[in-house]
Amino acid sequence: MANDMKMRAQLKGDIAEIKILMSHPMETGRRRNQLDELVPAHFIQLVSVTLNGKPVLEAQWSTGISKNPYLTFHVKGAKVGDKVEVTWHDNSGKSSTHQDLVIQA
Amino acid sequence: MQRRAFLQCLVGFSAAAMLLPLRALAAIWNKAAFESKDVPGALEGLDVPSEIPSDEIDIMAPQRAENGAVVQVEIRSRIPSTEAIAIIAEKNPTPLIANFVFSNGAEPFVITRIKMAETSNIQAIVKSGDKYYVAKRMVEVLENGCN
Repeated sequence: MANDMKMRAQLKGDIAEIKILMSHPMETGRRRNQLDELVPAHFIQLVSVTLNGKPVLEAQWSTGISKNPYLTFHVKGAKVGDKVEVTWHDNSGKSSTHQDLVIQA
Repeated sequence: MQRRAFLQCLVGFSAAAMLLPLRALAAIWNKAAFESKDVPGALEGLDVPSEIPSDEIDIMAPQRAENGAVVQVEIRSRIPSTEAIAIIAEKNPTPLIANFVFSNGAEPFVITRIKMAETSNIQAIVKSGDKYYVAKRMVEVLENGCN
């Protein structure tokens, strides 16, 4: 699961701009495949982001988030070298974690 | 330690380690709110008693979305002590899309991409203390993105 998430955390002033791109089908449970069978719902339900181990963002999602979810948010008071860690959990019990460091923009 | 006892221990531990978070996660995810098929139900699930219309919430979204499968929205709250922002697409089969909770210096701001079934308002619900605020923005959707 090395390449299923991309992240960039850039310091602009004293604000870290954190951009995350996840790789996930985000199936609604309403789509039919070529055999006209319903594809079961398969989607990320929880996303949590920490900065140096402290929670900064906790998100709950439905199937209404687009396929390969994209997220940008800002954390005030961050410094170069701070560790950002993102973890998601989906409705099938899978999860993925990705880490990166805050860099100067 | 006997090899068998060790293996049994390992298997038992792995099973417990896999089951526990799943159960915990199922408890965290707000099933009632996210599976609600209408906006009042979603708001009830989020424990929102009433929302105050606010012009201190900015919603950036396209006026027209060719494809409802990918609609980029940007939401910023200028309401002091904003703790959380929820996103609703009023006419989606399940309208509540996301709930973001901010802490430890995270600004009440988020950009993400959502699915929209048809032309409707996007609502941003902001929680500040025990009060809730709302702003709406209409997005015209040309192709259903909720299949």
